[in-house]
Amino acid sequence: MRLFLMRLRGFLKKETLQIIRDPSSIALALVMPLALLFIFGYGVNLDAEYIPVAVVSSSSGTIERDLVSRFDLSSNFDVIRVADMREAEELMQKRQVDAIIQLQPDFSARLSGGSPNGRMQAPVQLILNGIDANRARLIEGYLRSIVRKWVESRQVQGEAAAGPLIAISQRIWFNEGAESRNFMVPGLITLIMTLIGILLTALVVAREWERGTMEAMLVTPLRRIDILLGKILPYYVLGMLGMGMSVMVAILVFDVPFRGSVTALLVLSSLFMLASLGFGLLLSAAIRIQFVAAQVSIVAGFLPAFFLSGLIFDIESTPLPIQIVSHIVPARYFITISHTLFMAGDIWEVLLPNGLVLAGMSLFFLTMAYKKISKRLEK
Amino acid sequence: MTEVKNDTSQVVLSASAVCKEFPVQGKPAVKALDQVTLAAHKGAVTGLVGADGAGKTTLIRIAAGLLIPTAGKVTLLGLDSVEDSLEIQSRVGYMPQKFGLYQDLSVMENMNLYADLQGVAMGERKERYGRLLEMTDLARYTKRRAGALSGGMKQKLGLACALIKSPELLLLDEPTVGVDPVSRRELWKIVYELVEKDGIGVFVSTAYLDEAERCDHVLVLHQGKLMAEGAPEKFTATMKGRVCLVTPSQKISGRGLYTRLAGSRGVVDTTIRSGRVRAVLGAADPSVLHAVLGGLDAEVEVVEPHFEDAFMAMIPRGHDHVEVVSEVAPDNAPTHAAKSSDALVHTHDLGKMFGDFAAVKNLSFSVKRGEIFGLLGPNGAGKSTTFRMLCGLLPASSGEIQVAGHDLLKSRAQARARLGYMAQQFSLYGQLSVAENLSFFGKVYGLYGKKLKERIGWAYNEFSLGDWRDTSAFGLPGGYKQRLAMAAALLHEPDILFLDEPTSGVDPFARREFWLRINGFAEQGVTVVVTTHFMEEAEYCDRMLIMSQGETLAMGTPAEIRDLAKSPQNPRPTMDDAFICLAEGRVPVSQHGNGGE
Repeated sequence: MRLFLMRLRGFLKKETLQIIRDPSSIALALVMPLALLFIFGYGVNLDAEYIPVAVVSSSSGTIERDLVSRFDLSSNFDVIRVADMREAEELMQKRQVDAIIQLQPDFSARLSGGSPNGRMQAPVQLILNGIDANRARLIEGYLRSIVRKWVESRQVQGEAAAGPLIAISQRIWFNEGAESRNFMVPGLITLIMTLIGILLTALVVAREWERGTMEAMLVTPLRRIDILLGKILPYYVLGMLGMGMSVMVAILVFDVPFRGSVTALLVLSSLFMLASLGFGLLLSAAIRIQFVAAQVSIVAGFLPAFFLSGLIFDIESTPLPIQIVSHIVPARYFITISHTLFMAGDIWEVLLPNGLVLAGMSLFFLTMAYKKISKRLEK
Repeated sequence: MTEVKNDTSQVVLSASAVCKEFPVQGKPAVKALDQVTLAAHKGAVTGLVGADGAGKTTLIRIAAGLLIPTAGKVTLLGLDSVEDSLEIQSRVGYMPQKFGLYQDLSVMENMNLYADLQGVAMGERKERYGRLLEMTDLARYTKRRAGALSGGMKQKLGLACALIKSPELLLLDEPTVGVDPVSRRELWKIVYELVEKDGIGVFVSTAYLDEAERCDHVLVLHQGKLMAEGAPEKFTATMKGRVCLVTPSQKISGRGLYTRLAGSRGVVDTTIRSGRVRAVLGAADPSVLHAVLGGLDAEVEVVEPHFEDAFMAMIPRGHDHVEVVSEVAPDNAPTHAAKSSDALVHTHDLGKMFGDFAAVKNLSFSVKRGEIFGLLGPNGAGKSTTFRMLCGLLPASSGEIQVAGHDLLKSRAQARARLGYMAQQFSLYGQLSVAENLSFFGKVYGLYGKKLKERIGWAYNEFSLGDWRDTSAFGLPGGYKQRLAMAAALLHEPDILFLDEPTSGVDPFARREFWLRINGFAEQGVTVVVTTHFMEEAEYCDRMLIMSQGETLAMGTPAEIRDLAKSPQNPRPTMDDAFICLAEGRVPVSQHGNGGE
């Protein structure tokens, strides 16, 4: 036991000194998360704002003006008024507008009953640029809701007697402003932790192989458990510092609400960090070149977390095989946890099952890494 | 000592019928060790000698528990290398080739780390550290980071770390590679002190054949098999009368003599030593030399053999070794008459600063046409930096450089077209075949059509690469890689050939072949500038410059440099002696400063 502690002390001291003196691991753990957070946090915004739309309306009645000004006032749209459809189509082809809203010349007449047939339906034509299907759907949604609200307000004003009897009163929970940033930033923290967790251990071990120090370590009486602890503990601390910093930035810079408890965050993110570190260590048992280690970490660790965690793409809408595969991606579970902790609070019904899966996964990766650590040079 | 060796209780390491195979995808496994049986004893230095790829490192790694033998058994201190590796690792010291030091940690922190890992009790440390630091002379540098130490100091620190727990057996894997002669000498002194005072066993592998002579017992490995073993004297005894020194005469230069002897029947090995040609004969019959030397007035003296002579005579040569020296000289090849006049490379007060650090200071020299000019010095002396400046890869901070009549600061491209460069690291395309590599490098240098074909044909011929033309460069055996690299550098018939450490990591056979080839090119009028850290290779140069820490220590012909170390006690000093004298400052700098002017 005394010898074990002495060996561990020596190993930990060495790792700590290396972390302090070699800026690359600090950069990896503390600078890279910030860079990613700012790039993704500001750059990837799923909300569409100031979408240029062409409004074709030949008459300028009060009713038309009222509706068009609704579009204009919304921060989602930038309205360009054009006189006829030809002009609007031209703008669309030049990609200067993403949508065309056409009001028929007798729009107000139909609505107010001033037309020969009395009051009747007044269709609004919406033409969307469908190249980016997601964006098109988003625009459609915004436009529909503006039109619906306008109709509702007209009903309230008593102008439309035969309105629907049921009105939907909508309220969004947890992310009241429906801001995608509140969803993105906690998810990003998951991606960042995946990347630094895997990279820290995989790169650091590969570096020892490259510099020939691993060979010297292997011929000392180090036990496998010493190597495992010696590599996991320091990078656990470093990785958690990076995580903590990312959370601070999320709260202070991006104004993301944090409604859970710090303890829950600490415990659950520790489990996730350990799974990532264990995965990195497992990779490092097979890979002895830093460059390859970095490549594999990204392909085997970061990309699955990116695509299969449900952050960018909704998993429910993917084909069944992919849904099944997504269950082995630890990030999937932690994304649920971080979304819950940030926006909803300590909902243990959600946190507990996900946390248990993460605990199982980190145990699995660490055990595998332990088994794979070899005190020999044979592959 | 010979009596105790038969006592099995004195055996610290023994291998019985050890085999080791490395699987290769799609090919039969490579046999690194084949039925090796050997023993090393307490209180003695056992040397493992062999060319690159002989299996030395594999054997030491098996002993250290890093590899598992495919068959057979290795025991250390009575413990099995596979079963009891943990116990072995706490009783045996091992220094790997790269020393295993953490560059970011200081000398003391490295020692603390290994002491912790080895479980050295806190109470014992002070005394142990004191002794190790004194022995390695590192006491003044305990706070310095290992990365900032010189090659020799790193090696001594590596040794100190391996010795941290007073091991009963010390395994050293090529401990002196890339280290200057002074440090090599110091390392051997430490090793002997340990053997004599503490009575430990030392098992050391080395590619330096002169070091074998310092061992008590030598094992010769060749292609994974144990070829011979015994005391070094036993090896040299068989060579009595077979080693001659031939002194060049008025009629033939040392280099001419060397090339002539190298190819002749009955001569198994030739080297240039202290200005004379050392020839190892197939049999103790110097008359074969007289047949070659007829009428040249060269004086032949039979001398004491060294271990190296025995080694070179013992190892069977590959059939395609050394059939160099092409008879056809390139069109532009001037003979020796032209060489004295123009300087092809000229530098004046050359300097290079990296930040505050002066890598090269006030370097002035010139190289004449057809000369072999050596840049010598230990690792970190500034050789590579100088070299890169000469090739136009690195701008000089101060001073002038002219290469082939072009000022490198102004007309780099013209100068480059006339020089060939062979980098220290293998810099060809590994996935391309030999033919594709040659064709690519030819085109890069502006060769095409018939001319390109002709030059590639020349390369196949000159370097015996024809049979390998469709092999990928990575698939070539070590020596052939070097040949291909050299062929690529020579395709465009450069006037000047720059070779950066061409012989490091190359076995003695390939080194000899290399120098013979270089010699041939120089005879044809190609100017060669070469760096090396093997001091004895300086003998092959016409003139040389010795550098240390960016400064010029000496410049001159090999004879002039050697004479610097001449003293009543040492009338025929070697290049190593000269370097040690220079490094220790025993020769006043002013005396040799203008050696080459």
